[in-house]
Parts: sequence; structure tokens; C-alpha cells
Amino acid sequence: MMEEFLEHTLEPHFNFWIYVILMMIGLWAVIAKNNMIKKLIGLSIFQTAIILFYVSLGVKDHATIPILDHHAPAEESVEHGETDHGKPTEKTASSDHSQEKHHEAEAHAIDPDTMANPLPHVLMLTAIVVGVATLGVALALTQRIFKEFGSIEEDEILTIIKGGNADE
Amino acid sequence: MNDQLPAIIVLAPMFGALLVSLVGNRDHRICFPVALVSLVISMGAAIAATQQVFTSGPIDYFMGGWEKPLGIGIQLRIDALNSLVLLAIGTVSILVAFFSIRRVGEQNTEKTPQFYVLYLLLCVGLFGITITGDAFNLFVLIEISSLTSYGLVAMGSSRRGTHAAFNYVIMGTVGASFYLIGVGYLYMKTGSLNMMDIRTILASNAEVADSSAVTIAFLFILVGIWIKMAFFPLNGWLPNAYSYCPSSSACILAPLMTKVSVYVMIRVMISVFGLDWIFSNAGWSELVVWLAVIAIMAGSIFALAQREIKKMLCYLIVAEVGYMVGGAWLADDGWWGLTGSIYHILADAMMTLCLFLSAGIFARRFNAVEISDLEGLFKRAPWTSVGFVIGALAMIGVPPTCGFYSKFYLIRGGIDAGQWQFVAALLISSLVNAVLFFRIFEIAHFGNKPAEGHNQEDHSREKITPQDGPWTALVPLLTAAAIIILLGLFNGQIVELIRVALDDLPPMAANFK
Repeated sequence: MMEEFLEHTLEPHFNFWIYVILMMIGLWAVIAKNNMIKKLIGLSIFQTAIILFYVSLGVKDHATIPILDHHAPAEESVEHGETDHGKPTEKTASSDHSQEKHHEAEAHAIDPDTMANPLPHVLMLTAIVVGVATLGVALALTQRIFKEFGSIEEDEILTIIKGGNADE
Repeated sequence: MNDQLPAIIVLAPMFGALLVSLVGNRDHRICFPVALVSLVISMGAAIAATQQVFTSGPIDYFMGGWEKPLGIGIQLRIDALNSLVLLAIGTVSILVAFFSIRRVGEQNTEKTPQFYVLYLLLCVGLFGITITGDAFNLFVLIEISSLTSYGLVAMGSSRRGTHAAFNYVIMGTVGASFYLIGVGYLYMKTGSLNMMDIRTILASNAEVADSSAVTIAFLFILVGIWIKMAFFPLNGWLPNAYSYCPSSSACILAPLMTKVSVYVMIRVMISVFGLDWIFSNAGWSELVVWLAVIAIMAGSIFALAQREIKKMLCYLIVAEVGYMVGGAWLADDGWWGLTGSIYHILADAMMTLCLFLSAGIFARRFNAVEISDLEGLFKRAPWTSVGFVIGALAMIGVPPTCGFYSKFYLIRGGIDAGQWQFVAALLISSLVNAVLFFRIFEIAHFGNKPAEGHNQEDHSREKITPQDGPWTALVPLLTAAAIIILLGLFNGQIVELIRVALDDLPPMAANFK
């Protein structure tokens, strides 16, 4: 039973299990923690879990990094790469029509199964930036809250507000 | 030039923001003109684009010239639906820019350039949300507008505002993250981020459309957007954030943020998942409409319980969001609920703007924060009161204001769909609004104590001279009031434009009844 679970449910989707667990930890901290910094830590964990989720989407078995290598597969282009140091290969190729076609054919001959999907990674770069910006704003706000209320504990702040001496 | 209209709409305020941040610190007086010019350029482009849309069909624009099949280009798309929302955003942002001239200087003198930078970036976000055709890009733009609105909320001197802004950050980020997860599941199944591509794939590939991953994606996206639009019970952040922030921030955020989120929901429903996919899941429509009914009732009841004007208005927004969500989910034969919902986005933006502007003037001029402080203000500020009364009448739904017609279409949709609970909620909420606002009218016109007030009134009548707000506040207020009435008078034409957008939708009956 346990073995079956490990083999069929947990192992093939290991990343996704971790992502869900991390997400739950993060959400729990956001909801249940009283301290604002701890809330923000929870928020960061939550966002990081999503990054893990996206990155897992791009993974393929036995795939490599998605960088197109114009030189390696065909011998011709290897020669060009060696003779024209510093010049981009495309430029050399464009002087010769047949070679250009060859290059194009090469570019299309790439087997997508050998490369990881780069798009989710690129998306996550943006999401990381957004996350950093959010965290920055939130930390600045926490600092201001501490200056104004003298505390970053949610319940203490609420008692100060309820005490009627807010907005003096 | 004409080809570049969609890009200009988004880029003009962005470069405006850059310019303000570069030169604004040297001379604060330059901030407003730059902001105004860039918003007017955006608005002009939006008007031109709208004309083009209604004469020659939707405009597709690919950022950087990366055409569709590559899947990496960011598509901007202006069609009949979002061109109207664009115009609403443009109008509100220009009007509030005028309102902010004096207000920003008074409230936070050394932060004027920062205010305008955030203000313009907020407009970039909102314009972008409206016209983007890319699901992930939508997330980024939602976060741009949210991050700037956190800043705008926290700008005031009130320390409750800071606390409210913190809660807003937490809720807003969780909402946006939910949306992001949803997009992830959608990408996992369809392999595309372009809304129209996703729509085509879901429509043509039944196996993908029926998979549970797509359902989960839809639920995550929906809940994420609901948090952003403060759909009850996810409205916890809204009342405090909007009532304790500086009034010029409240005036731009309250009319636009929730309304644009409602637009996002409708856009996702129509252009990403497709209404036939959504409503083929039996029972969803009824469930969401019940949630909307609860939201409307809760918003109205909480509004009744408030003593502060702005808080009351905030809970009314919560109720109005209920109207729009409910209307969009009615699933009646002729899509009248959806039509009413889209019309209400425009109408509610103007109504909320009107009420928040006048509340801002009352608060500034007469220090009137609580409803009881409004005593006798109608005489002391007649023009502000005209704006307030028109906004209030629209909120109640008195013809010929736009509030009446949007309720009319929503109720028609509710009757057609047989969802009587929604019709009842709309009518009860209108009654509650009437009670709320006529109580305010009474206090503001006759004063708190009518019985012993006679002598005082006679006595004070002589020395009262009208002291309305400055023209920078009155002009936007009265313009908004005029637009409310115009929207109402021309409701037939506007609804016709909205119907153009809904033209290619499948009729409800053909599919599922």
C-alpha cells in the first residue's frame, strides 16, 4: 500500500507534492501568524512554491538546457565557427544562400524533447521580480507600522486601533 | 501612427511617470502638467482606437512584432468590450488628476512627485490590464496596478491607513498568486499563454477542456480575481484601505480597481474559457449568483451599520461588486445579465467617482468624516451637494441616471434566467440605498435635530455663504455627475455598443437548455 503510493503517486509528481506542501505552509503562516514579519515570510514561501510549480512544468526527462547550438551538429558550421573568430555565424552564412538554408534547416531540426521548456523559467524571472517588489513594499510598510504603532504584532495593533487613540 | 494606438495608450503614462520621476523633484509644479498631458495622450489614443474598433473591427497589436505562432509575443487586443472600459479609465483618471492638484500638496507636501509617479503607473497597469491579450502579461499588469495602489493607500498621514495598506498587500498578493497558479495549470494543459489561443484550444480539444486541471485553473483564477475585486467574503481589505487613504488616492482607486477586476473576470470568462465551457458545468451559475446575492445583502447591511461616510461608500462598493458578478453569471438566454454587468462597470465607475469626490470635498472643507457631521452642508456647499445627490440618486437607481438602467438590465437578465433571488437582492439593495442616502439628505439638508432646529436655522441662514470646494475639485465632480446623466440618457446606444461585443457569443438556449 505504502509502496504503491510512493511509487505511483508520490514519486512521479514529487515536485508537485512539494509545491502543494510549501504553498500550504506559506498560506498557513499568512493566515495564522500574528507577527507581521512572519506573515511576510509566509507570503514569500507561498510565492516561492509557485515558482517551483512553474519550473517543474518545464522539466523533461533527459533534457538539457535550451540553448541553440549552431556549431556542434554539422561539421560545416564548426569550420565556420573556427575560421571566423568573433564574427557571428549567421553573418557568414548569409553571404552564401545554400549555407543559410542549411542553417535554417538545422534550426528546425532541433528535437524539442532534448531541451527543457524555457518559457516557464522566463515567466518565473518576471514573477520573482514581482515578488521582490511586493516584499519590498510590504517591508517598508511594516517599518512604518512599527514607527507609528510601536509594534508589529497584529493583535497589539488592533487593540491600539480599537482603543480609540488611532489617528491622533 | 494609427497602427501604434494600443502601444501609445499604455506607453504614454509610463513615459510620463519616468519624466515626473526625473524632473519632478526639482519643481513640484511640473508634475501635474506632465501627468495630465500623458493621460490626455492616452485618452486621445483610446478614443481613436474606439472609433477604429467600431468602424473596422478589433485591433490586434503584437509588441515588438512577434506574431502569434511563436507564443512569446505579447498581444494587445482592443475590441468592443474593452474599448469602453478604456474610455472609462481615461475619463476617471483625467478627472481625478484635476482633483489631486491641490489635494496632494495639502496632504503630503514633499511627496508630490512620488504621488504622480504612482498615479501614472497605476494608469499604465489599468490600461494594460484592459487591453492585454496574454494571460501571464495580465498577471504582471495586475501586480503593477496593485503595487502602485499599495503605495497610494499608504501615502496618507493616517496610521490606520498604513495598517490597512499592509493588509491590502497581503490579500492582494495572495489573490495575484492564485491567479498565477491558475495560469500555470492552464499553460500545463494548453501550452499557450495567449488568451485567444487558449480559447481555440479549449474549444477544439474536448479532452483538454474536460480535464480536471482546466477546472482547477479556472477556480484558482476566479478566486484570485475575486480577492482583487473584493467580492464578499473576500472583501476584508477594501473598506479600511479605501477609507483611510488620502482622498485623491481613494478617488482613483475606488472607481477603477474593483471595476477593472470585474472586467478581468468577464474577459477571462468570455475570451479564455468561453461561456459555453463555463456554463456547461451545471450548477455553477446558480452557485455564483447565490454568492453574489449574499455579497449584495452583506454589503448593504454593513453599509447601513457605518457611521463614517467613506466606510459606508466602501461597503456599497462591495454590494455593487455583487451586482456585477451576479449579472455576469446569470446565464440568461439573451445575455442581458452580462450586458447589464458590463454597462454597470461604466456606470459604477462614474457613480463611485462622484460620491468619493464629494465625500473628499466634504472631508477637506468641513472636516465631515461621519454622517452626522454633514449637518446643514447642503446649504453651505450647494454645488458639491448637487454632485453628491446625483451620485446618490444613481446609486439608488432613480431614472434618468445610469444606475437605473444598469439595474434595469440586470433585473431583466435575472427574470429571463429565472434567478429570482438575484432580482430580490437587487430590489432590496436599492431600497437599502434609498434609506441610506435619504437619511444623509435629511441630515445634510435639515440638520440633525429638526424639532429644535428652527430658530438656529433662521438665525444661521443669514451668515451662511456658500463655500464650495475649489474649482479643481468642483469641475471633476460636476463633470462626473453630468456623465452619469448622459450615460443614463444614452443607455440605448451604449448597450448597443456592448451588444456588438457580445455578438459572437452563443445563445444560451441553443447550448444547454
